[in-house]
Amino acid sequence: MLPDLLAVGVPWAVASIVLPLAVALAAIALGPHARHLVLPGALLGAVIALAAAAQVLAHGAWHHAVGGWLPPLGIRLRLDGLAASFLVATAVVACGVAGFSRRLFEPSARRETRAGFAFWPLFFVMWAGLNAVFLGADLFNLYVALELLTLTAVAMVALDGKAETLAAAIRYLLFALLGSLAYLLGVALLYARYGALDLGLLRAAAVPDAITLAAGAIMTAGLMAKTAIFPLHGWLPPAHAGAPTPASAMLSALVVKASFYLIARLWFDVLPAAATVETSQLFGALGAGAIVFGSLLALRQEQLKLVIAYSTVAQLGYLFLMFPLTGSAAAPQPWAAAAWTGGMFHALAHAPAKAAMFLAAGLMIKACGDGRLAPLAGIGRDLPIACFAFGLAAVSLMGLPPSGGFTAKYLLLTAALASGQWWWALAILAGGLLAAAYLFRVLNRFLIAPAEAAPRVAVARRDQAIALALAGVSILLGLASLVPYQLLQIGRPAAAVGGLS
Amino acid sequence: MTAALVFDLSLCLLIAAVALAAVLADDLFTAIVLFIVYGLLAAIAWVRLDAIDVALAEAAIGAGLTGLLLVGAAARLGGRGAPPAAGRTPWRLLGKAAPAALCVAAAAALVVLVLALPDDAPGLRPLVAETIAASGVTNPVTAVLLNFRGYDTLLETIVLAVALVGVWSLTPDRDWGSVPGARQHARPDGVLATFGRLLPALGLLVAAHLLWAGADAPGGAFQAGTVLAAVWLVVVMAGVLPAPATADTRVRLLLVAGPAAFLGFGAVGAAGGVFLGHPAGAAKATILAIETALTLSIAATLGLLVLGVPRRPA
Amino acid sequence: MSPILYAATGAVLVGIGVFGLLARTHLLRRILAFNVIGSGIFLAFGGLGSRGPGSGVDPVPQAIVITGIVVALAATALAVTLVTRLFEETGAVTLPGEHPAEGPDAS
Repeated sequence: MLPDLLAVGVPWAVASIVLPLAVALAAIALGPHARHLVLPGALLGAVIALAAAAQVLAHGAWHHAVGGWLPPLGIRLRLDGLAASFLVATAVVACGVAGFSRRLFEPSARRETRAGFAFWPLFFVMWAGLNAVFLGADLFNLYVALELLTLTAVAMVALDGKAETLAAAIRYLLFALLGSLAYLLGVALLYARYGALDLGLLRAAAVPDAITLAAGAIMTAGLMAKTAIFPLHGWLPPAHAGAPTPASAMLSALVVKASFYLIARLWFDVLPAAATVETSQLFGALGAGAIVFGSLLALRQEQLKLVIAYSTVAQLGYLFLMFPLTGSAAAPQPWAAAAWTGGMFHALAHAPAKAAMFLAAGLMIKACGDGRLAPLAGIGRDLPIACFAFGLAAVSLMGLPPSGGFTAKYLLLTAALASGQWWWALAILAGGLLAAAYLFRVLNRFLIAPAEAAPRVAVARRDQAIALALAGVSILLGLASLVPYQLLQIGRPAAAVGGLS
Repeated sequence: MTAALVFDLSLCLLIAAVALAAVLADDLFTAIVLFIVYGLLAAIAWVRLDAIDVALAEAAIGAGLTGLLLVGAAARLGGRGAPPAAGRTPWRLLGKAAPAALCVAAAAALVVLVLALPDDAPGLRPLVAETIAASGVTNPVTAVLLNFRGYDTLLETIVLAVALVGVWSLTPDRDWGSVPGARQHARPDGVLATFGRLLPALGLLVAAHLLWAGADAPGGAFQAGTVLAAVWLVVVMAGVLPAPATADTRVRLLLVAGPAAFLGFGAVGAAGGVFLGHPAGAAKATILAIETALTLSIAATLGLLVLGVPRRPA
Repeated sequence: MSPILYAATGAVLVGIGVFGLLARTHLLRRILAFNVIGSGIFLAFGGLGSRGPGSGVDPVPQAIVITGIVVALAATALAVTLVTRLFEETGAVTLPGEHPAEGPDAS
């Protein structure tokens, strides 16, 4: 008889970190032969993520004490519904990007190329780093995992080796390193105060005194710089738009979410006692600022990838509306659960949509050899599948039914109206309208008849299909939102139900 | 005031002064030299705190290798960095004064927070002392690094490996597959060359000692790996041994051997139910085996990180 | 008393490093400033970790600082390489949009 593969204790969570690391190390050693590992590695990674999610659905959240040592001495991994959902979202996007990139980074004439060597170790370590962040339950271990992401992401931005992308990568590195150091300073203060690094132990011990508040504020500011939340967003557009297309997809869909995820874990799981009405409203104001400014700037861009990158700046804003909409000690919200779930759902639904959009855009730019919007006129005739993928992803970003973006915004909007915070509802609605404006501006361009037939480079149908599949997932999240909704509720922090207090 | 306190106070003032000088110095090379001095003073501070393991790491990595990286980059940038003869307008002075005031305020706030902490630290010193018998080693820092918090160390070795991939990924395409670092000009009969021939034996001994001693006394894989890396760098710079090509399979295997051994060990544990779990009674053996593999990989990675982007034909 | 002294020095070093980051535009000077901030945080971590009865620093912060030092080196190596490559491609030692010719700021 087969053993129960989903039983409590089967270390799927561990496997989701070990496997990509093993593939990355093998890729360094194997050089030009590494590409044979890519698809099996990516698919196995997806199976592991799905198994972890199924395990949580079947048996609930659980912890794995690494090395057999319990905190405060040891480090725990924590697999709950939230972590499992992010593991699956990461695996979906990573599989798409891996399939898309396989031919992009092929060895030329059987010789290893520079970008072909570097991309795969960076990609798989990034994947492992993301999973390590989502599963991490130890503040310092999370620092190391964040640095895995910083180094891989910055190196990926610079992969083309052009002067502009080098400058973008350096700007990104400066922000990211400052953010990491701020986070680390907060960790040092919390350890000095409580003698523990485990999220659960800290939550039990934390009191809202000066040092705890200072540590929380410093860590949050650092993580915000890494998330590129308005007004710290300046580094994001040049880095995400200048990176090679598969890297753009990984960075915009996933990497910025990792630091957001930690902000949410910090406030909902560790320091709910320290949150006040003022901090929650401040987070909301930053989010609303990001939505409005990011969208307005997206509307003004003349480069396709910059439109998409500014759209990321705007979409990240919704995530921060989660904080005021869950309420605070002074005013706990009965709709807190909807707000928390809506925010997380938004982070999840944005991932495949944004990845699809970047991959489709990369193909269009390749086809017409120009990244500006004007020469893309009429590209819809040449690349119908990629354009359809872009359009489907746009449906989710605009928050139209029946997409995952709709479900997320519906939940947030419900919470905003039910809690009487109509100003956040206005921001959500304005964001939807502005998204429609900047995305239809691009989509129109794809569909108008060009003045003269432009020469196009042929693009593989298979690559367009990958973008379409990812866009399809973002729609599917809206059509079949029940399972991810249920998954998110498993092991959900108390503050996500009763409001930050 | 005791003599010890006077010493600590002077050392702290000196550290802050040298750091400030490194930040303020007009000349780039002066700034880097001051930074290296600062790193060495910080290492002395760690000795004063009775943290010899950290002192070794700070001196070798924080001051030594970081300093080497900065010196190498400054040399590559050539004369860029000398102050141009621009005048000081009031506007520019204000541009300096505002961040200065901000930083003084921030530092003061931090100092107040630090001083406000209660004197009885709720740290893990007693718990580590209680549990160390089960860790396989008697040096508490090694017990934390390789056993209690081995997962951090595993990820850290991956950070190093991926940083090297990142550095190599910045190779200009025409130079891909060549040998790292700039061409060296050591005279075959020069001091450096002689040094380069004599040093390896001594360096190997020191590294092996640090590695072995790390189980029970200060030292360990990172310190030993840094010593090996430094020796190897001198040997390469002296022209005794050539730097390896980045595409060399042996180099690649050496780079991943340590992290792969550690990861493999972790995976075997996970299959048995505990990720990175050491077998009961054999923890010392597994820790030393992993540390040996790590030392070699760390040495290769650190050395190649300092040599930097490949630029010479193989 | 002494451990707290080192912790306070660490806090001061963070301030000095942040000043270097804000006041300097030369990228190598900024990397240097990052390293000053980092080692300041480490010193604060260590100093705070050796408060109280008993001697020596709590081994957990010690191990964490060693890990931190290695991670900082990895980041520095990547940063330094990016900066030298930017210089080789463009001749610039600052980010575009930031003015190198501001008195001693340039160095």
